[in-house]
Amino acid sequence: MANIPTLSILIWFPIAAGILILALGSTEKGVRLGKIVALVASTATFILSLQLYSGFDIDTSNMQFIERFQWITHFNAYYHVGLDGISLPLVLLTTFLTPLVVIAGWEVIELRPSQYFAAFLFLEGMMIGVFSSLDGLLFYVFWEAMLIPMFIIIGVWGGERRIYATVKFFLYTFLGSVFMLVALIYMYLQAGTYEITSFHELPLNMREQTLIFFALLLAFAVKVPMWPVHTWLPDAHVEAPTGGSVMLAAVLLKMGGYGFVRFSLPITPDASQYFAGLMISLSLIAIIYISFVALAQQDMKKLIAYSSIAHMGFVTLGFFVVFVIAENAMGGEGARLALQGGMVQMISHGLISGALFLCVGVMYDRLHSRQIDAYGGLANTMPKFAALMVFFALANAGLPGTSGFVGEFLVILGSFQASIWLAFLAATILILGAAYTLWLVKRVVFGEVGNEGVASLQDIGPREYFMLVVLAIAVLFLGVWPAPLMDLMEQTLGHLLEHVSQSKL
Amino acid sequence: MEGIYLAIVLAPLIAAITVGLFGNQVGRAGAHWITILGVGISFALSLFVLKGIVFDGVPVFNETIYRWATVGDLSMEIGFLIDHLTALMIAVVTFVSLTVHIYTIGYMHDDDGYQRFFSYISLFTFAMLMLVMSNNFLQLFFGWEAVGVVSYLLIGFWFKRETAIFANMKAFLVNRVGDFGFLLGIATILMFTGSLDYYQVFALAGNLSEETIQIFPGTEWSVLSLACICLFVGAMGKSAQMPLHVWLPDSMEGPTPISALIHAATMVTAGIFMVARMSPLFEYSQTALSVVLVIGATTAIFTGLLGIVQQDIKRVVAYSTLSQLGYMTVALGASAYAASIFHLMTHAFFKALLFLAAGSVIIALHHEQDIRKMGGLKKYMPITYWTALIGTLALVGFPGFSGFFSKDALIEVVHLSTTPGAHYAYWCVLLGVFVTALYSFRMFFIVFHGEERIDPHAKKTLKESPAVITVPLIMLAVPSVLIGWFTIGPVLFGEFFNDSIFVLQDPGVVAQLGQEFHGPLTFIAHAATSSVTLYMVLAGALTAWFLYLKRPDLPGRFRERFALFYKVLDNKYYFDWFNEIVISKNIRLLASLFWRIGDEVLIDGIVVNGTAQTIRLFSRLIRTLQSGYLYHYAFAMIIGLAVILGWLVFSY
Repeated sequence: MANIPTLSILIWFPIAAGILILALGSTEKGVRLGKIVALVASTATFILSLQLYSGFDIDTSNMQFIERFQWITHFNAYYHVGLDGISLPLVLLTTFLTPLVVIAGWEVIELRPSQYFAAFLFLEGMMIGVFSSLDGLLFYVFWEAMLIPMFIIIGVWGGERRIYATVKFFLYTFLGSVFMLVALIYMYLQAGTYEITSFHELPLNMREQTLIFFALLLAFAVKVPMWPVHTWLPDAHVEAPTGGSVMLAAVLLKMGGYGFVRFSLPITPDASQYFAGLMISLSLIAIIYISFVALAQQDMKKLIAYSSIAHMGFVTLGFFVVFVIAENAMGGEGARLALQGGMVQMISHGLISGALFLCVGVMYDRLHSRQIDAYGGLANTMPKFAALMVFFALANAGLPGTSGFVGEFLVILGSFQASIWLAFLAATILILGAAYTLWLVKRVVFGEVGNEGVASLQDIGPREYFMLVVLAIAVLFLGVWPAPLMDLMEQTLGHLLEHVSQSKL
Repeated sequence: MEGIYLAIVLAPLIAAITVGLFGNQVGRAGAHWITILGVGISFALSLFVLKGIVFDGVPVFNETIYRWATVGDLSMEIGFLIDHLTALMIAVVTFVSLTVHIYTIGYMHDDDGYQRFFSYISLFTFAMLMLVMSNNFLQLFFGWEAVGVVSYLLIGFWFKRETAIFANMKAFLVNRVGDFGFLLGIATILMFTGSLDYYQVFALAGNLSEETIQIFPGTEWSVLSLACICLFVGAMGKSAQMPLHVWLPDSMEGPTPISALIHAATMVTAGIFMVARMSPLFEYSQTALSVVLVIGATTAIFTGLLGIVQQDIKRVVAYSTLSQLGYMTVALGASAYAASIFHLMTHAFFKALLFLAAGSVIIALHHEQDIRKMGGLKKYMPITYWTALIGTLALVGFPGFSGFFSKDALIEVVHLSTTPGAHYAYWCVLLGVFVTALYSFRMFFIVFHGEERIDPHAKKTLKESPAVITVPLIMLAVPSVLIGWFTIGPVLFGEFFNDSIFVLQDPGVVAQLGQEFHGPLTFIAHAATSSVTLYMVLAGALTAWFLYLKRPDLPGRFRERFALFYKVLDNKYYFDWFNEIVISKNIRLLASLFWRIGDEVLIDGIVVNGTAQTIRLFSRLIRTLQSGYLYHYAFAMIIGLAVILGWLVFSY
């Protein structure tokens, strides 16, 4: 394996496949072939990524599968990629979901299908690039480049207000990214290199750390998204096609969380410590305030989008509560719980929110409405679908035995060690999360057949059944036995925690 | 042994999955045979385990099955703890589950969701077994929530009914309020002991009682009290203690077999079981025990009173369940864990019996649940009648029946207890006996005796239920009569629970009572001669006879005379009103306020789109400067030059 650049293949193979699909053209034959290429390529990418899983050494916190070549000599920038326990799970999440998204769009996309599938393959390659870049400049290139396919996906295949949504999405994220670029350039000037690991070791005084912290925060907070820079997400979700929503919720949002653990925490540990209170407050607002907002939604996609924001609040809570625990000096156990919990929550949220958006897609494909009151009593006409939808809803409500429980459980246990009130406020998700999710289920799935539209519905076919069942198995597996996932992160997060506990001042 | 324990939990799970996924392939008969086989295996093995532990002296089993996850030095595992308490619980759970499985064949005979129902009840059995067999808090929480979910699915089993899907959501959310406390309790324990394993935590309980935590600045709270009260909040949800009891009466929207299995015999007793299991913790917190005692006593008497005014046969039994759960909780608060578990066991049999008997009546009358449309059923349904009588006598605590032994002992130990609040609790449980007898016999007389008020249409086909329904009734009637005789000595007063229940006081209240115990016969004789309980039972039964058989005109007059009192009872003390109008409505109001004002106006309207508006305005202004006329630009250049020159001149 040593000589095969697996990671580079994972990044560039989907992109190459995307180009091939575009080259096959939009003739009927080209489209048919293009779809097959998309499915085969994304599946092959997933299988290849499993090689990374089996080849990954969980006993070290070092980067693995490293590839490093001179890239732009003038800036001392390298094409430098590698994986550790933080990035590998996210890469696997990306490769796992892309084939499902291809399957989800299989018969549904009628407008320019080749371009649609190509866009997702480009997106996949770039996402893997984001998660595996070890060079700051390379990271930035992937980070920005990935906006393009997403912009196109929403802008071309989106709903009625897609232009408003795309512009909002683009401006929001781009605004954040520009500040990140400034921070990266500043650190390059200090370190003389774009290596992220040398950024980690860069001695920075408190003023520098504060400025860098906020520059990065803008970029990452928008992506997560954190309150109050979250309002682009509901709009983007509502307008995006199903596949776009899935990738947006499941993978794109994780870039924000990834940014915090890869950049903010290790580069600016003292600023992170200093502003932990602020970050925790914003996270709690996301959890509680946004849960309330979710309760008021009439549009299913908006509801799930708001639910996403609330659940991502657990990610940022888990990451930053670490500093408060260290402050209270109650041992490292609590900090590890919270940090691991945040990571697990990212993966789990990817699966569950992805599945829920697929469920909405299944309904939308049939009745072309996202409004809750356009449905009602789906269990009568679509029993198979109803069962899966209820399952994912319960997972979203954090039911033990599903992956949705693991992250929340660990973060709450961890936060308790910082303060009982933190845990108290965070644990309200148990009630609020169940309230908005089950109320959704009650109105959509249960009850008498709501209208003629619902009465005429066909249950899901094998294609839809397959994609939902695969996700259900993953959600269940990680809930019953999260050890395989958590063992991957163990060493890396332990190392990270050690690193951030040492002041740079 | 590990294989046997695994088989006990996995047999119902595999059956549930098979029937759930391949319901169409296995068919109706396949569905009930597969699940009955699964539960049957569990029951047989549970008996084997019980026998091993009780008679053969098999040591306590406490082993890990697999590692769930590791965080640092903290290993979270799934494992089993099999001691006397667990062995007793799994035997009771699987036995009641088995009878309910058989009963379901008859009860759900015409239902479209036949396979789905069997899959759910088997899944429930699995979850309940995971809960009681756990050796750690993680798995306890899993089982705790898993039984809640199956309960949610089963209450909403008839998902077309608006009332059913409202009730199941309500049940889940109210339980989540309890689980919220439960989770904080677990977090407290983890923080101060560094472990989720029962035995490791229990070993540290003594030290823990001296630790304090600041909840509000400046006030020190005992960590153990905090943990125990939080855990008990969970129990209040699951075991439906006031004020979290509101979901249980509504849960009667579910089919009757699950009312018997889940909402009477097993799941609702999970809270009782949990507190008993945690006795090494609760024992060190007098505060927590007091809270438990007072809440239990309040629930016991006040929910019992509600049973008197109900007209729905299942709701009467449901309020009776609430009241009996209150009894069990009182015993926990009095440190009489053994008495509580003993009552849990006898209650499981006779309450399941009462529910199934009620179901037998309901199905015979074509899903009629209003007791005003029943009456005189004795001659039509003799088996149901006699088994229901047994159940009623056991429930009210008539001497010799199982409920008598458990309830009488329970009241006696509360009398002996020194926990603060025990005096109040004693009066509550004593008066409760009268109330229990009153509502139980009220229902019994109205349904089976007196005037026939049956719908003439239903009357044509009225007959005794088929064997699949009556056999489970008989299966449950037998222990309802007999179990007390055999078990009061060894289980309650013997050393049965020595390996699982810890009592700080020596001798504890149960042991004190046990010193005067000389066999079940003298226990009965003692009750007949020197305790008021028996007279309470007789008074209640006589009152019911007088009011509902002898002078049926009286209740109506009472209702008019005490209209206010009746109104309060009829509105169930306004708990539902409070939850729906005050809490739920305001939450929805707040939700739309946050959305419409917070997100749409403040963030999106002012900040985001406001910024865009400002930029547009600004650019419009700038645009007027870019006029395109050369002389405008020349003029601007001249002014600029003048300014620069002026600055240069004046600065030197």
